[in-house]
Amino acid sequence: MKRGLDGPAPEERPTPAGRRNKQGIRIDPEVEATHEPRRTVISALVEHEPGVLSDVSGLFSRRQFNIESLTVGPTEDEDLARITIVVEEPDPGIDQVEKQLRKLVPVISVRELEPDAMRRELALIKVEADRPDQVAAVADMYDGNTVDSSPETATIEVTGARQKIEAAVDTFSQFGIREISRTGTTALARGTDQTAAFGTAQPATEANHDRQSTQSADDD
Amino acid sequence: MSERAAKITPADDEQHDDQIADGAAPDAATETDAESERTPVTTGAEAVVRALENAGVEYAFGVQGGAIMPVYDALYDSDITHVTMAHEQGAAHAADAYGIVSGDPGVCLATSGPGATNLVTGIADADMDSDPLLALTGQVPTEFVGNDAFQETDTTGVTTPITKDNTFSSDSDRVGTDVSEAFALAREGRPGPTLVDLPKDVTNGETDREPDAPRVPDTYEVQERADSDIVAAAAERIETAARPVLLLGGGVIKGGASEACREFAIEHDIPVITTMPGLGSFPEDHELSLEMAGMHGTGYANMAITHCDTLIGIGTRFDDRLTGGIETFAPDAEVIHVDIDPAEISKNIHADYPLVGDAETVVEQLSEAVDSSPEATKWRAQCQQWKSDYSMAYDAPTDGPVQPEFVVEALDEATSDHAIVTTGVGQHQMWACQYWTFTEPRTWVSSHGLGTMGYGLPSAIGARLAADDDQEVVCVDGDGSFLMTLQGLSVAVRENLDITVAVLNNEYIGMVRQWQDAFFEGRHSASDYHWMPEFDKLAEAFGAKGFRIDDYDDVAESIDAAVAYDGPSVIDVHIDPDANVYPMVPSGGDNGQFALTEDQL
Ligand SMILES: Cc1ncc(C[n+]2csc(CCOP(=O)(O)OP(=O)(O)O)c2C)c(N)n1
Repeated sequence: MKRGLDGPAPEERPTPAGRRNKQGIRIDPEVEATHEPRRTVISALVEHEPGVLSDVSGLFSRRQFNIESLTVGPTEDEDLARITIVVEEPDPGIDQVEKQLRKLVPVISVRELEPDAMRRELALIKVEADRPDQVAAVADMYDGNTVDSSPETATIEVTGARQKIEAAVDTFSQFGIREISRTGTTALARGTDQTAAFGTAQPATEANHDRQSTQSADDD
Repeated sequence: MSERAAKITPADDEQHDDQIADGAAPDAATETDAESERTPVTTGAEAVVRALENAGVEYAFGVQGGAIMPVYDALYDSDITHVTMAHEQGAAHAADAYGIVSGDPGVCLATSGPGATNLVTGIADADMDSDPLLALTGQVPTEFVGNDAFQETDTTGVTTPITKDNTFSSDSDRVGTDVSEAFALAREGRPGPTLVDLPKDVTNGETDREPDAPRVPDTYEVQERADSDIVAAAAERIETAARPVLLLGGGVIKGGASEACREFAIEHDIPVITTMPGLGSFPEDHELSLEMAGMHGTGYANMAITHCDTLIGIGTRFDDRLTGGIETFAPDAEVIHVDIDPAEISKNIHADYPLVGDAETVVEQLSEAVDSSPEATKWRAQCQQWKSDYSMAYDAPTDGPVQPEFVVEALDEATSDHAIVTTGVGQHQMWACQYWTFTEPRTWVSSHGLGTMGYGLPSAIGARLAADDDQEVVCVDGDGSFLMTLQGLSVAVRENLDITVAVLNNEYIGMVRQWQDAFFEGRHSASDYHWMPEFDKLAEAFGAKGFRIDDYDDVAESIDAAVAYDGPSVIDVHIDPDANVYPMVPSGGDNGQFALTEDQL
């Protein structure tokens, strides 16, 4: 008995010429749009309630978003907290991050910060104290403070943009680094521009895909 | 549109909201006489039950247990009918199906620990299919939480990824409102499952706080109307389309937009394809219908979706079982995507015209904006040609083994257009999609996104209780799927639920066997189920009516008798064990390259 259905076989069927890329975007023969990953900062204002951090971090892991750092802390309003997330994703991914975050009920508003937003990170760097003068000189160079010292170690606090912290860590490594602890990035929009406020849950028409440059948000 | 579908139209919802806004509805003091006589709540558990009553809950499905006992004690005095299930998974599926058929969240209850974890599959199922569901779970007393107490599970932790929202309730004064809010959230916007975890001290605790009315939290905002500029642009695109197609997803049914979509398609003569969850949104016996697209969709639907130049997707999330490989999905089409959830826009398939909003509202917006119908006579003729080229025909020689397609068609014949079909997961589910002619929304109840075997019988129980009395409920099941939750028969017998279960018994977990034949050189690793019980006898052991079909002579008679039987019946249908589902688009393949026979895979 016959197994299957009648009809022209696959190779006898016409196939359209067009195609889509991996991001589901129809390939226009003239411009092939594929978005490369870029690093950006997303700020979310959330209700300060138990479980919200795990909601957010769980969302990132189960949707396989490429997360660089995530920081959380209280705000001027004791009922609200701000979560600052640095992600590295192509534009459609960044768009998804924002939309998925917005879906969480305790999330009040979400926004991608402009490249010129202020971004800061804090690092504690514990180094060998064999050459205390030079350690102090390097700390100075990075506006660092020595927050603890012992006969064998010195711990320096450095704040600044990620690149600055990285440069500091690099320079301190000549003394021998014992331990490092870093906070990850926290950020605020510049001037009167509001980082994330009530009522900014934008109607998600289409995300702004033109935002190209991400360079130097870090203006130190 | 069925009466039931009409019941949940947005107009009614608005009215409901207005009542709430006026404070007219659930305020016990100013309510009707009957309600003003209600005794004030004295415990958290009573507040939980009062919240359910305020929300209009009629049925709750569940299983008793230590941590949830206070809530059950409060239910004892309530008019809510509790349906005791044989397993919590069944409670979640029954509540889920209740939600699909009625449009209002189904409610399920379980105790802490194992009760809650048994709900997990059903909650995950509802989450994938955006079904409105409220799960209430008992929890160990607050002071023991975190100590690995007896029957403790971090239920909110476990269910965070599979719920729309969940809450650990920590205050007897607040618990009723937590439940009200969860109920409202389950239904509002894109529906989904919500959960409230109820520590025993919170439900046992004293309170005189009447729960607030069902209302979503302020941070939850839903956009009803789409951006009018994009509507205008999309309308222009539709007017000038040469090869337009409407793709209706489950969101059309959930959003009560079936009627609006029908009118739109018919007015502008646009061929209609549905996704699997969208079955019933458009009548499959209509000339414009190309039925279902996707992995096991019809050849004509898959041809049309592959060759269209304008794809109007409504309430669909472009799941991979629909799209096949992204690169080859509707490769020539500009996509107009209507969805209430902004996160669905351009998640899988880039939307050229993103229309965020309620399906019915946006379709009405589109209707107003489209001034002239697309000129697509040639395209429609092409679609009809594909319908005959790739017709869904099958051979059923009467001297051979019974073919499953024939059984599905016979069941469809024996029941009304409003009959509800539920299924397990596997080949039988696909045959039900393909060979049942769906004409009404909310008559197709199946596990789409999660693909949960065992869904069929418990969902038939929930569907039965939500359905109108004259709507038949038929569960088309597989032998493997039925075996997973058949303890639910005890419930169907106890409640004397008029359900017909047709087990398409091939003594295989057939879909796996089909894949093994196609992709694993016929090595039937663990897919051969020759040890199946005799389901008709098993049904009789439960107190249900049993039938058995071995050849074509038995088909009509047994089906008629089973459908006519006033109570649960099970037909053990011994089908051709080698029957396979076609057409088939291999995983990640090109929809236009569907195979019609095994050697085309
Ligand atoms: C709970 C669960 N376990 C395993 C699977 C994987 N699976 C998908 S289809 C299928 C076979 C189903 O067999 P049966 O219910 O007998 O239906 P048939 O395909 O024979 O119609 C299996 C095992 C699943 N979908 N769900």
